[in-house]
Amino acid sequence: MTQLFKPELVCPAGTPAGLRTAVDAGADTVYCGFQGPTNARNFPGLNLTIAEMAGAVTYAHDHGAKVLAAVNSFPTAGRTEIWKDAIDSAVSIGVDAVIIADIGMAGYMSKTHPDERIHLSVQAGASSPEAVNFYCRKFDIKRVVLPRILTVAEIKKLHDEIECEIEAFVFGNIGMMAEGRCLLTNYVTGQSTNMDGVCSPASHVRYEEDEDNNLKSSLGEFTIDCLSCGEHAGYPTICKGRYNTSHKQEYYAFEEPVSLNLTRLLPDLMRAGVTALKIEGRQRSRAYVKAVVSAFRQAVDEYSEGGEPDISDLLALTEGHRETQGAFRSKAWR
Amino acid sequence: MTPQLTLGPVLYNWEPETWRDFYFQVADEAPVETVFIGEVICSKRAPLFDSFLEDVVTRLEKGGKRLVFSTLAEVTSNIDRRAMERVAASDEFFIEANDTSALWYLDGRPHAIGPYMNVYNEDSLEFFAGNGARSICLPPEMPASGIAALGKMAGSLGIELEVQVYGRIPLALSARCYHARAHDRTKDSCRFICDRDPDGMVLNTLEGKPFLTINGIQTQSHTCLNLAGELDELAASGVSRFRISPQSTGTMAVIETFHALLNKEITWAEASESIQERGFDAPFSNGFYHQQPGYEWRE
Repeated sequence: MTQLFKPELVCPAGTPAGLRTAVDAGADTVYCGFQGPTNARNFPGLNLTIAEMAGAVTYAHDHGAKVLAAVNSFPTAGRTEIWKDAIDSAVSIGVDAVIIADIGMAGYMSKTHPDERIHLSVQAGASSPEAVNFYCRKFDIKRVVLPRILTVAEIKKLHDEIECEIEAFVFGNIGMMAEGRCLLTNYVTGQSTNMDGVCSPASHVRYEEDEDNNLKSSLGEFTIDCLSCGEHAGYPTICKGRYNTSHKQEYYAFEEPVSLNLTRLLPDLMRAGVTALKIEGRQRSRAYVKAVVSAFRQAVDEYSEGGEPDISDLLALTEGHRETQGAFRSKAWR
Repeated sequence: MTPQLTLGPVLYNWEPETWRDFYFQVADEAPVETVFIGEVICSKRAPLFDSFLEDVVTRLEKGGKRLVFSTLAEVTSNIDRRAMERVAASDEFFIEANDTSALWYLDGRPHAIGPYMNVYNEDSLEFFAGNGARSICLPPEMPASGIAALGKMAGSLGIELEVQVYGRIPLALSARCYHARAHDRTKDSCRFICDRDPDGMVLNTLEGKPFLTINGIQTQSHTCLNLAGELDELAASGVSRFRISPQSTGTMAVIETFHALLNKEITWAEASESIQERGFDAPFSNGFYHQQPGYEWRE
């Protein structure tokens, strides 16, 4: 097997300790967000203060790794200053790039900090060469994080037609809806994924057990799923719930509770010209991050040297939970 | 700017003859000034209406309607890309962009920005205005405070702000077709099964409570947005265009009612009663506007 271009391994960090874990486990790059609504993982107890971000950058740079700051939710009119402050702070701390979704914030960043790297967030939903090139032309973005809705063949084609680098998700939680364009959580809870960085907030999740030991999970006023004994109880997310329609009962209308695992497709993605491979999970434990990052580090290194790594560790990481190659393998997923 | 009613594009896969007759009736009878046509949801559907397009365009123009051609809201496959190029690169029509790829082709030409584009703040408004937008239909989840803040500056940027005031609410898009999935098919092998549901396919919770509506790759609310009671406040906030999103029944009556309300011929309570009686049969909602869960209804 011939040698392959070795992509950058981009790993999640929800806390300073998580960042050190990811760097020590072999991450080339770590992405994290500031506390509050400026990033798309605005969960209680997660994300970094400005001081912590500064410490994180120092630690990462001392160990030869990069840091990306995610400022990737959409500020509502009247509160853009919070997002602009986050961008300014990230730049002054010395992060290696800022991940941005909002077109207004991309404009702010490209005007205010023209020498800094903008990465276009998956939340911007740029899914075609024309969309990506529009952002390149207007804001000189250096990298696009692709929506999880393209096949590898489509990614290859896109690579040949766009002017910037590609970052693609390879592992972790996968939503079914086009990123940055889903109002389902707000429809049910009054908290917005786009505006507040919240998806299926724990504050609105309820589990109830009936006399037959069925576990009903709901979000706000709506039942999302009901599980019999022994079934794996997934976190209630609207796009992974079970519903009824006139001719079909109790079915996963959007997607089953699966997580993305593209281990088997890694060489194809590397050949498709992907610059960076992204692992989802800023909300995950350090133990999880360590296991996933180490396993991916090893697999990517061996593939790039022309080897055939033993990927059983990586496949085992989703064992017990169902996994999918999502849209990446074939159009039949659609 | 004088407030006006607009008619959003038909979002469902109607029989082509039904689609044509609907627009003929709009052309002849409906008191709306601007009419959006074009396939927004699925590039596979677009050719179904091609044979009637010319007749519909001619009739609408003859009826004095201002025509806007809406683009697809999501572009992934090659078919989508070709469909987008065919619409957005054409200078025959005024275009409403619903995906960023449309802006690549529009390249500064005057256009409208549709509700599937994320315009949440002043900086975005300013960017789109500078890029050639003349009107912007705000995302349906925008709360009153955000609308008012944008309303303050829209006029000076030459932008007419638009807000959907009636019809099922667009909530999400996906690459996967959920209509096909519900019938054990895929998007490529769908055989246009979505044509069975002229207002989409209702999804109920396991307890039988109506929850969402499936329209191909789109997920909509089960509830029907009704901002009749908020119309005055919206106008005072600087919104000048009020969009009615077509449903398969009652749309003409709803247009007449909103027209009367806009001209202060009836009160909002009378309007709501009339919509309830003559409009589409689904519970009302207005939660997003009031920064509450979107499905909620506040009298």
